[in-house]
Amino acid sequence: MNPRLVLALVVSGAVALTACGGTTKDSSSQQTGGATNAAKADPNAPLKEGLKITFLPKQVNNPYFTVAQKGAEQAGTTLKAEVKATGPSDAAASSQVTYINTAAQQKQNALVISANDANAVAPALKSARSQGVKVVTFDSDAAPDARDVFINQARSNDIAAGQVKLISDAIGGSGEIAILSATPNATNQNAWIEVMKTELAKPEYAGLKLVETAYGNDDDQTSFQKTQGLLQAHPNLKGIISPTTVGVAAAARYLSSSEYKGKVQLTGLGTPNQMRKFVQDGTVKSFALWDPSKLGYLATYAAAALASGQITGAEGEKFKAGDLGEYTIGAKGEVVLGPPTVFTKDNIDQFDF
Amino acid sequence: MRSLLRWETALVFLLIVVALTGQISTDGAFLDGGNLFYLGLDIGEIALIALPLTLVIVAGEIDLSVASVLGLSSALVGWLWNAGWPLETILPVVIVAGAVCGAVNGLLVTRLGLPSLAVTIGTLALYRGLALVVLGDTAVADFPASYTSFGTTPLPGTDIPYPIALAAVLAVLFGIALHASSFGRSVYAIGANEEGARFSGIRVKRIKLILFVLAGAVAAVAGIVYTFRFSSARADNGVGLELAVVAAVLLGGVSIFGGRGSLFGVLAGVLLLGGLRNLLILRDTSTEVLTIVTGLLLLVSVLAPSITRTLRKATT
Repeated sequence: MNPRLVLALVVSGAVALTACGGTTKDSSSQQTGGATNAAKADPNAPLKEGLKITFLPKQVNNPYFTVAQKGAEQAGTTLKAEVKATGPSDAAASSQVTYINTAAQQKQNALVISANDANAVAPALKSARSQGVKVVTFDSDAAPDARDVFINQARSNDIAAGQVKLISDAIGGSGEIAILSATPNATNQNAWIEVMKTELAKPEYAGLKLVETAYGNDDDQTSFQKTQGLLQAHPNLKGIISPTTVGVAAAARYLSSSEYKGKVQLTGLGTPNQMRKFVQDGTVKSFALWDPSKLGYLATYAAAALASGQITGAEGEKFKAGDLGEYTIGAKGEVVLGPPTVFTKDNIDQFDF
Repeated sequence: MRSLLRWETALVFLLIVVALTGQISTDGAFLDGGNLFYLGLDIGEIALIALPLTLVIVAGEIDLSVASVLGLSSALVGWLWNAGWPLETILPVVIVAGAVCGAVNGLLVTRLGLPSLAVTIGTLALYRGLALVVLGDTAVADFPASYTSFGTTPLPGTDIPYPIALAAVLAVLFGIALHASSFGRSVYAIGANEEGARFSGIRVKRIKLILFVLAGAVAAVAGIVYTFRFSSARADNGVGLELAVVAAVLLGGVSIFGGRGSLFGVLAGVLLLGGLRNLLILRDTSTEVLTIVTGLLLLVSVLAPSITRTLRKATT
């Protein structure tokens, strides 16, 4: 075949694509949120036994999700459900889709997932739901029309305002601060950062100046390097907020072994086991987190309640979540676990996760 | 006897083994239409990019920038969409942009005589960087369902995903180009003995340039497929995918030194890697094991074709 002919084929193929009409951003209708549920909830329906539930974290071998998984498995034991944890080894936007499809293929009753990217998982989740899989998101939500219920660890406002308060207290109310986040598209991180900015605009935080938001991609080494970069780029930096367990641990490790130890303050969301030694050696004064195992536990109970027909995800429905008591579904199918716990030198030894 | 020792025959045999053990160990869920559809979706982009890359590698070159071209095209789709362009204009423009990326690779390799490994490692970083410049760290997700449904629904009345149908059409075109045309013979000749090819009147530089342009254009098509499949245009789409594609091509029996290999083998290689991965996930194999198995398969992919070749020589 003539080389020109090969090229011509490719070009004509490309041109053929232009022959159709005109689809632009303005002409296409926007998707609207909100799950639609044709089925009616029966609050008195018994929780079924032997339910098959897939637990799909953002990535496996992430300490935070390992703890959440323990909670999910504990709930599974109480519910006599078969809870199966699986997931990708990287937190890329699309890595979870294969596992969602597999859950649908395995005819699981429910899928409990923390979404890496709210939109990238949505088509697969919708397809799984159309095949009868109930979808519960936790920690990081997917597009609302792609899941039945979202288990929110704490209200964005409570978390973000708490973080700003912690760093303000730690640095004495004035100075430059920076944020070390996870991936640029992490739904929860971005919601918190927005609230933090609103908080910082309040008069009581007039002394604080946010100079940079860096992204460590929830990767230990990247977060470590970004911390280094922040300190070099901003010599007057007084404090760092890292609202991610991977980021805060990496930042603490860097600070504790550098000249900035004690001079630059750090707070964030971390697990007590990760952060214990940095709290004890004075690198970190305080940090916060909810108990991820309770999050996994609640999400699994919600999944069982959905699969048993107790709830459909509509606002106002109530369900019992074992030891945690009764929860009510709020607007947009959201359930809130509760306010986060603040860990300091005084109480950190009471926690083991 | 000789044909029994061809690597392609071994691949088909392996495929049958995987299919049968998969079918038995999952109580029929593996070869179920729905699962094959998902499997097809998972390997769609790899199958697409593997086609031109096969020709590039047969010609004795390599292109490691393909996944970055995919990411750049995805970012461009999102950026132009945000700018209010119609998708019918965006798609050809993005494919042309991909071809330009390929042409840059090709010109650096053929005109400046640089090794393609070094050039495309450079453009791997360059194109990914450009993608981040274009779209930053945002994601564009509000594409119309009439386009994104190509990534979530099969061809009407079948279990065949659209990307696989597209790959099949292109596979026929690339198959004819490589195996049934003088262009294809030239590609083999260049890979086997570049000097010899030049002295027999083959326009080596021009053919290599065309191959790089094709790789770029098809990578851009894969970027469009990827974007609609996940309804998410992002600069970091498909990071690391080039390794999966190169692995599939090598597993397919294409010699990394050029001059040897077939498109049929490559398609079998893509199917084998994708099928094995799908089966392991379906059987709840842990991610660690999955990574190890993929790594071992890569080693096999480099070793086995040369072993079968040695065996074939021994039998003659």
